[in-house]
Amino acid sequence: MSTPASSPPAWQDAIYQVLKRGQIKQVGYVPDAGHAHVIRRVHADPDMRAVVLTTEEEGVALATGAWLGGQRAVLLMQSSGVGNCINMMSILQSCRIPFLTLVTMRGEYAEFNPWQTPMSKATQGAMELMGIRVQRADRAEEVEDTVEAALESAFVAGESMAVLLSQRLIGRKQWIKN
Amino acid sequence: MSTTSFASATLDRRAVVAQLIQRVPNVLAVAGLGSSTYDLYAAGDRDRNFYLWGAMGGATMIGLGLALAQPQESVVVLTGDGEQLMGLGALATVGAQQPPNLTIVVLDNGHFGETGMQQSHTHLGTDLTAVAKACSIANAFRVQEASGLDAVVQAIQSRQGPSLAQILVKADDLPRALPSRDGVYIKNRVRSSLGLPTF
Repeated sequence: MSTPASSPPAWQDAIYQVLKRGQIKQVGYVPDAGHAHVIRRVHADPDMRAVVLTTEEEGVALATGAWLGGQRAVLLMQSSGVGNCINMMSILQSCRIPFLTLVTMRGEYAEFNPWQTPMSKATQGAMELMGIRVQRADRAEEVEDTVEAALESAFVAGESMAVLLSQRLIGRKQWIKN
Repeated sequence: MSTTSFASATLDRRAVVAQLIQRVPNVLAVAGLGSSTYDLYAAGDRDRNFYLWGAMGGATMIGLGLALAQPQESVVVLTGDGEQLMGLGALATVGAQQPPNLTIVVLDNGHFGETGMQQSHTHLGTDLTAVAKACSIANAFRVQEASGLDAVVQAIQSRQGPSLAQILVKADDLPRALPSRDGVYIKNRVRSSLGLPTF
């Protein structure tokens, strides 16, 4: 078991609570440190199904199947994964599938790894080109409301929604082990 | 390693799908892009059919999401070798979830039938049954004769874990049978068959 010694930031637990309140039943994910707490909570929740994916586009298809069967799903990924989803996102428009994804950003703030930046710059635009409305949370205090609003737009109004969780929010990645 | 022999394939994909649906008429069926969608429609249009006209590589994951959402139902993914190969990782994801009510039927003709019959990876050495087994889909098997459909029907009915049937079919270029291309309509029809509202 590798669990972090310190408790997670409150905004991360707020995301789990929003998903729970919002009746999300299937949580597809490709892991990211910023999603780690939510992923742990979902695995521990008997009313939610955590589905680890080999690539992010699987999560778009998973959400489609879940909706066909009457369940709400969410896709957790980091910005690099958005590029993997593009063609699969066609189904969201073609079938008008309610869709929610939460995207942790890399490559935009104090980024050590230059390979993260090209997809980071394209993350929002790529999703908008595919017809997804993109919103963004930069500060901890706006996360809960932003995610809750996006969830409502998705499942009450049938929209395709993404929330970007900024790298500044997640914090600088420690590249040197203490 | 045995190479799959497509030259000796005798099964007709349309007949295979028609017989399957006839024997398990209540399944929720997801058909992958291309010939599998035509095959499912040719077997008779049903409210419980979800036809893909795009999203190549997504059929198995749509089937997984549906199977998890509807544990009382039997879900069948009907797809081709090319479509499954594009989403090969989905077999690992299914293996990790072990949905008892999901059966993946790959109509394997060893070719990309929609685009000029180029040889696919299954023709060139990939053994989808072995891949599925290696992804912990224990009930993965190959079907080469009509009698082998019994095992497919049994997998669908028994709901004892995910299954994958690799059915070797002739690489025929059959006349197209085109279901509705209106994704919203097809989606709402499936949901309605389950008693669900539009959204």
